[in-house]
Amino acid sequence: MRLAVIPALVAALFASTSHAAGLDVKVTVPRINAAEYHRPYLAVWVETPNQDIATTLSVWYGKDKSESKGTKWLKDLRQWWRKGGRDLDMPLDGVSGATKPVGEHTLSYTEGKGPLNKLAPGEYRLVVEAAREKGDRELVRIPFTWPVTKASSLSASGEHELGAISLDLKP
Amino acid sequence: MKRMMTVLAMAAAMTTTAAYGHGYWLLPSSTVLSAPQFVTFDAAVSNDPFHFNHRPLQIDELQIVAPDGSKVEPINIGKGELRTTFDAKFEQKGTYRLSMYREGVRASWKEADQAKRFMGKAEELSKRIPADAKEVKVSEIANRLEAYVSVGSPSKLKTSGRGLEMVASTHPNDLVAGEPLTLQFLVDGAPAKGVEIEIVRGQTRYRDQKSGQKFTSGQDGKVTVTLPEAGMYWLDADFSDDKVSVKQAKERSLAYVLTLEVLPQ
Repeated sequence: MRLAVIPALVAALFASTSHAAGLDVKVTVPRINAAEYHRPYLAVWVETPNQDIATTLSVWYGKDKSESKGTKWLKDLRQWWRKGGRDLDMPLDGVSGATKPVGEHTLSYTEGKGPLNKLAPGEYRLVVEAAREKGDRELVRIPFTWPVTKASSLSASGEHELGAISLDLKP
Repeated sequence: MKRMMTVLAMAAAMTTTAAYGHGYWLLPSSTVLSAPQFVTFDAAVSNDPFHFNHRPLQIDELQIVAPDGSKVEPINIGKGELRTTFDAKFEQKGTYRLSMYREGVRASWKEADQAKRFMGKAEELSKRIPADAKEVKVSEIANRLEAYVSVGSPSKLKTSGRGLEMVASTHPNDLVAGEPLTLQFLVDGAPAKGVEIEIVRGQTRYRDQKSGQKFTSGQDGKVTVTLPEAGMYWLDADFSDDKVSVKQAKERSLAYVLTLEVLPQ
């Protein structure tokens, strides 16, 4: 019974996203051999050619931590913080969430809806930045053009704090 | 008496800049904060920026001004042999300015062939220097020491229009390695040509070429610098002119010292 529900859920997922233009981002949090492992803080945003933030798509941080509700270490997502993260009030509906475990995570953003909303036509880059307590920091960029004329899939990979990153562009 | 001595030590420390001897500095444990928290500071007098290896810096005249203009008191002040430490809590969003500003005089003269010196308040000059003193030299001094800490977005900084000050094209809490930075130096609020500036990255003891970059401000008071590496930088600026307000003085020496943290890209 339970198994029967899954295809329906999958179908529902595709049904809800197949009509509207948008971005699907897959982020792989790599397994890291560490005596003391903490899930990374992570930010995903769309950047303009002059490196301004067009929109922040997702932020994962330790928001259940008591220490300043986890915002104390948001600055370690150094580039996101400087480019505009510091102007946002966390938590942010539809954008911020708790840190995530090792594995692949799919994030879907739909045109016309927050946080993607409307992007002016032009060249952009998807940026994923990760910073881990007792670990390192890494930033991966994938260039893309908006609006999307043809469905395509772009990918890149981090070497340390990020695994495979893919960007599926949906017209 | 002890209080008097410490004030004099402070005066001595704050008149010795790169050009004359030991430098002095404030070292914050953090300058960029994403949540309200404590920051701890070292304050010292030494040749090597941020290496406390000489004397503590007196912080009696330290002012910490919050983004809304209110004052924050330093707490847990500890005076060690090599450094003074203190903490401060930063709770408002925006930029906090830590500063020490001192105006006074530096005098030297001869009394029956004995060389004498005095540093302190201008009002005391007449009591210190006897009427028959020879080779009397008096300079006015105005020294400023600053450091900044921001919670969230840095806020716009205001100048006071007094002594030597600096306006940066990028906020001092928003610096990234490799990005060009234009600094404008002001004397009594007006752009000043000929200000001599030295910028030294800390941790000089781990390299052979310790000295920093040197600049002289142009007609508009500006210099453009690039800080190629991330790290904590000590900026020292010196200027002298003859705009004196103390009648015995012929010259005025102005100094400005700032701690800059530069983050990696």
